[in-house]
Amino acid sequence: MFGNFDINFLIFGILPYAVLAVALIGTIARYERDPFTWKTSSSQLLRRKQLMWGSVLFHVGIIILFFGHLIGLFTPIWVLDTLGIPYGLKQWIAVVLGGCAGVAAFVGATMLLHRRLFDARIRVTSSFADIAILVAIWLQIVVGLGTIVLTLEHMDGAKMIRFMTWSQSVMGLQLNAWTEVVDVHWLYKVHIVLGMVILAAFPFTRLVHMLSVPIRYVTLRPGYQIVRSRRRRPLEERRKEFDARHGKRGPAAPTPAPAAPAPASSMPTPAE
Amino acid sequence: MRVRAQIGKVLNLDKCIGCHTCSVTCKNVWTSRDGVEYAWFNNVESKPGTGYPTDWENQKRWNGGWARSASGKLHPKQGSKWRILANIFANPDMPEIDDYYEPFDFDYDHLKSAPDMDHFPTARPRSKITGERMEKIEKGPNWEEILGGEFSKRSQDYNFENVQKEIYGEYENTFMMYLPRLCEHCLNPTCSAACPSGAIYKREEDGIVLIDQEKCRGWRMCISGCPYKKIYYNWDTGKSEKCTFCYPRIESGQPTVCSETCVGRIRYLGVILYDADKIEAAASSERETDLYGAQMDVFLDPNDPEVIAAARRDGVPDDWIEAAKVSPIWKMAMDWKIAFPLHPEYRTLPMVWYIPPLSPIQNAAQAGQIAMSDQMPDVRSLRIPVQYLANMLTAGDEEPIVNALERMSAMRLYMRALSVDGVRDEAIAARVGMSGRVIEDMYKIMAIADYEDRFAIPTAHREQTEEGAEIRGGCGFTDGNGCSSGAAGKTSMFGGKKKSFALPTETF
Repeated sequence: MFGNFDINFLIFGILPYAVLAVALIGTIARYERDPFTWKTSSSQLLRRKQLMWGSVLFHVGIIILFFGHLIGLFTPIWVLDTLGIPYGLKQWIAVVLGGCAGVAAFVGATMLLHRRLFDARIRVTSSFADIAILVAIWLQIVVGLGTIVLTLEHMDGAKMIRFMTWSQSVMGLQLNAWTEVVDVHWLYKVHIVLGMVILAAFPFTRLVHMLSVPIRYVTLRPGYQIVRSRRRRPLEERRKEFDARHGKRGPAAPTPAPAAPAPASSMPTPAE
Repeated sequence: MRVRAQIGKVLNLDKCIGCHTCSVTCKNVWTSRDGVEYAWFNNVESKPGTGYPTDWENQKRWNGGWARSASGKLHPKQGSKWRILANIFANPDMPEIDDYYEPFDFDYDHLKSAPDMDHFPTARPRSKITGERMEKIEKGPNWEEILGGEFSKRSQDYNFENVQKEIYGEYENTFMMYLPRLCEHCLNPTCSAACPSGAIYKREEDGIVLIDQEKCRGWRMCISGCPYKKIYYNWDTGKSEKCTFCYPRIESGQPTVCSETCVGRIRYLGVILYDADKIEAAASSERETDLYGAQMDVFLDPNDPEVIAAARRDGVPDDWIEAAKVSPIWKMAMDWKIAFPLHPEYRTLPMVWYIPPLSPIQNAAQAGQIAMSDQMPDVRSLRIPVQYLANMLTAGDEEPIVNALERMSAMRLYMRALSVDGVRDEAIAARVGMSGRVIEDMYKIMAIADYEDRFAIPTAHREQTEEGAEIRGGCGFTDGNGCSSGAAGKTSMFGGKKKSFALPTETF
């Protein structure tokens, strides 16, 4: 039964699902069970130096890389065909955009890693996860930049199409997806494996803060201020009830109103 | 009109002796934990001085508070929403811990464990962050205590603007005062406006501004947003923390810890009714000197029948309205006009107000007599320059400060006449636009300052916020997974069913 067993099947066929399961369930569990730990863990207060440039370069670079990979790998191939985008052109875009963002992220991550390891304040206040995840990401960027060199040798986009097929097949629950990436250069494989390691570590590190991008701040939040009321009945309802009891102007002398029990429907819906 | 109530506060700087009891009791209760050793929700600064964190009043440097655009709209000085988000990876306006001070402790153990030595063992300082030896402590929470340091340094004080400050560096002309500071629990807080997570909110019931620790993500925009630098980043938990106005005590009708323990009895707490609909317009006043008056317009007279009716309609409990009528805050800020907001020009409409201190007559030593104007001591010749106080409390407008100081010195004259000569000299009272009766009330509250006169705090109304029957048998106050019992048959990955401690969110 295991005569023709291939380790690639385990790594590129089975592992992605294990990783996705860990990332998904772990993330939900952490948000649900321990929201207090959900944070960016910023260390800017302790040391500003190297963070101002490092953090900006790193974040801008890594965000471009993240969305580049997301769009690049998961855009169905028929969409490219329909739009008439040559694979070679897509490959070029990926290399140029990814290259620039990769260099920015590399410079930023290097600054941040140096700061984290060699600044005494940052080092002693770092957890194992803080250092490990930064090392993993730094390595991933280095490997990723390394694959660009390999890619430059074959700019027809054929390899890229295979990675796209693999990613999309994994998402489509096709168990033979692994065969697509069996014979690519080992550097690509390292990049994929490291990516899965980072994804699996996601719920257990500070990386979760990326899910809290404050979009609502600029979209849904009206104005600037937030006032919270703990009162069970909102202002409008309180006013209506008061008006019903006293008329618009209210009584001249305070009369104790019969304490009407609040109907169940007047309970406010919990915010978030 | 949208009536809300807030527990406001007044600090009578005329009586502050700078003992730091408020700071120490506050620290023992709230910030004796890892990550906030450097944080003082309440601190006392010696003025003139650059304060804590250093130079906090200089908003050209820190960009705290609000800015008014040419069109009359307000936005946080550090930038409007998109600008704040653009700075989220690295906040250029945020102080570093060295701007406060590097927290330290001493090797006390060495005093008893030291080996036989030629010299007496000493307890040397050690950093609370790295645990490493600190050879020299260069800053602390009150580094300028009692005019410590050179005048050239403490004259960097922002409040010296438009003051010929050189002469105050001379020994004969030097002056000082204490400024205890805590979160201002503003009506228009910039910290909450700058929080991208929406974790900072003002409570509708009592106006206390709090940070939801579970919603805080550590984007750290509040730290730079607050012009008073009263939001502290806990470097251990990665969350921001601030003065809670001791809300568990306030809810049960007790004064905050700093107020309770103040030995000088300078702190007053009481209800202020305000019109939430007027906040935005008041904070957007065109001239900075108008902000003090504009904020007073936001406050509502608790003796006005119309206000009472509106307050009852909006759900302000009757005992809160009654408390507002006897509020020492209302009397000091509105009736007597002797209390002022700290730096109204930040446009946050702060709710912790200050009574400016009287000081000895400046040129009495030279002239051998007291400078008088209209049979009253000339408050403009007091040792502490009026302009200095005005820069601190009224955005530079001297007139309200002069009036307040005159009323306070009139109180002394009147009470002196009463207790020494046994005469109720209404003429003194009339000169400052008051009556003898009001001055005697002022004396009772400001000078005698009985506990009951200082604090008029109605309790919170739990019946408005929770259904007793529903929370019966609940799991009480817990952190994290405290409600998960793990009992057989009840185990759930995502914890037990949550009881209704839900906090409805309302925005304006």
